[in-house]
Amino acid sequence: MVLKALTANHAVAEAAKLARVKVVSAYPITPQTTIVEKLAEMIEKGEMEAKMVRVESEHSALAATLGAAAAGARAFTATSSHGLLYMHEVLWWTSGARVPVVMAVVTRAIGPPWNIHVEHSDVMDQRDTGWIIGVAQENQEAFDLTLQAFRISEDPRVYLPMIVSLDAFILSHTVAPVDVPSQQEVDAWLPSRRQPYVISPETNVVMGNIADDADYYMMRYSINAAMEAAKKVVEEVDEEYGKAFGRRYGGLVECYNCDDADYIMVLMGSWAGDAKKASDLLREKGYRVGVMRVRFVRPWPREVVQEKLSNRKGVIVFDRSISFGSAGQLFTDVAASLYGSTSIRGVVAGLGGVDVRPEDFMNEVTDFVSHVEEFGRVYEPLRWHLPPKYAKSLAEEVSA
Amino acid sequence: MYMELRFHGRGGQGAVTAATILARAALLEGKWAQAIPEFGAERRGAPVSVYARISDKPIEVHSNVIEPDIVVVLDYELLKVVDVTKGLKEGGTVILNSPVNKSPIPSKYKVYCVNATRIAKELNLVVSGWPTVNTAMVGALAKATGVIGLESAVKAIEEYFSNPTLGKLNAEAAARSYKELEPCSD
Repeated sequence: MVLKALTANHAVAEAAKLARVKVVSAYPITPQTTIVEKLAEMIEKGEMEAKMVRVESEHSALAATLGAAAAGARAFTATSSHGLLYMHEVLWWTSGARVPVVMAVVTRAIGPPWNIHVEHSDVMDQRDTGWIIGVAQENQEAFDLTLQAFRISEDPRVYLPMIVSLDAFILSHTVAPVDVPSQQEVDAWLPSRRQPYVISPETNVVMGNIADDADYYMMRYSINAAMEAAKKVVEEVDEEYGKAFGRRYGGLVECYNCDDADYIMVLMGSWAGDAKKASDLLREKGYRVGVMRVRFVRPWPREVVQEKLSNRKGVIVFDRSISFGSAGQLFTDVAASLYGSTSIRGVVAGLGGVDVRPEDFMNEVTDFVSHVEEFGRVYEPLRWHLPPKYAKSLAEEVSA
Repeated sequence: MYMELRFHGRGGQGAVTAATILARAALLEGKWAQAIPEFGAERRGAPVSVYARISDKPIEVHSNVIEPDIVVVLDYELLKVVDVTKGLKEGGTVILNSPVNKSPIPSKYKVYCVNATRIAKELNLVVSGWPTVNTAMVGALAKATGVIGLESAVKAIEEYFSNPTLGKLNAEAAARSYKELEPCSD
C-alpha cells in the first residue's frame, strides 16, 4: 500500500486517470476547479491519454461529456453548486439516454448570498434526475467511490450515470492520506467500458427523438427498475473492491456503533466522522447511540434503512440541506421508509459551511433522548440547529 | 498521540504548503494527518490561518480546529493584528518567526523563536520580493515539538518541490532553522 498525501480533489483526479478516462469536459467553479486543473495537467504532461474539451459553461460541459460517452468513450466531468444547477437539464438527458457517465460533485452552498462552503443542497437538488448518487466521508472514499462509480454505472444491470459527492473544502481542499493503487491493479479490477449502444456515423441510433407516450412511460419504468437493480450492484462492487484493495464500506449505508444502539443518528458526508466521535463520547456517558451514514442517496436504501432503524427508541436525522416548506431531504426519505414505526426528529444544521462539532451532535442527541423519554412517541420533522451566535441571541430573546 | 495545530501567515506566504509538508512528513513516519486550509477567498498579504491534525490513528473528525496544541506564526508583524494564542491549550506551544529573538506571548505557553526570514534570505528563497519562510518554520516545528522528525521533514520538502535545486535549498532552510531555534521570552 502506497499512501499519498492528497486533497480529495486530487484523489478524484487520480482515480479518473487510473480508470483510463478518455474524455474530460468541464468548466471551472470553486471548489471543484482543482479536480479538472489536475486532469488538464496530467493530460498536458502526457501522463494521461485523454482529450480535454474546453467549453463555455457547465451546461455544455455535461453535454460534451454525454456526447463523448454516447460515442463510446469513458467520459468524466466535475462541478459544484451553481455549475451543477446550470447542468440540471443535461442530467436528465444523460439518464434518459441510459448512457453511463461519472461526475464528481463537490458539494457547495448555493447563492445568493454568495457562499463557497459545504452544503448538500446542490447534490440533493439532483435526487430525482435518475442519477445514482454516492457520498464520500473521507478523501480515500472519494477516490474509491470514483473508481467504483465507473463499474456501477457501466454495469449492464444499471446503465445509469453516477455522481460521486464530496464535501467542499473539508474534503476537496484538505490534504489527507490516500492509498492510490497501481495502474495494473486498477486495470485488473475495472473492466473495459460497456454501454447499451454506441453512436457513430455507421450506426443508425437516434437519441432524444419524440416517443409514443406509453413508450416514454415504460422508459421511466425501466430507469426505476435499473435503480432498484443498482442496489445489488453497489453491494457487489463494494465486496469485490474490498477483495481487490482491502477496503469495504458496507455498501449502501455504513453503520457505526449500531448493534445495541437505542438511538441512531442518520447523516451523510464528511461530518459523519464528527458524529461517530459524538457517538463514542455519548457511550462513555451511558447513551447507547449509533450512526448510520448514508453512502447512497439514490438508489434510496429503503430496505436497509428499515432493517437497521426500525425497533429503535429513536432516530435523529441530520440534514445539511433543506427542502423549503418541507424538511431536510434525508429526513423525508428516512421518515417515509419508517412509516411511523419509531420516534424520529429531523435536524437541519451546518448550512453554508457552519461548523458542526461532536458536541453539537451530542447536544442534539441528548435533547432528543429526553424528549422521547418525556413524551413517548415523537415525530418532529424540522428542528433548526442554529449557528452559535444566533442560538445565543434567540435564547436571550426567549428569556427576556 | 493526537495533536492539533494552527498556522498563522499572510496570503501568499506559504502557510498551506507548510501544513501540507507537515502532513506528508507525518505520513512518512506512518502517522495520519490532515492539512486544512482556511476556507475563504484569501488575498495576498491578508492574514490567513491553516490547520493541521496529526495522530497515530486514522482521523475522522472534520470540524474546525479551535483549541490547538501548537501554533506556528510565520510573520512576526501578525502579532499586532491577530490573537495567535486564541483557544491555545494550556501549556501549548508557540513557534515564532521572530527577527529579535523575543516574544510578547504570555509565559504560560512554551514559546520558541527563530529568525526564519533571515534564513530564507541567506538561501535566496525569495519569491516576488517575499522571503519564503514556510519550510524554515517546518524545521522549527520539528525541533520544538517533535511531532515530526527533521529527517522526514527534509524528505517531505525534497519530494514536494519538482525542482530538485529548490527542494535542496528549502530542505537546508528547515535544517538551519532546526539548529537555530531557541526558547524565547520578553
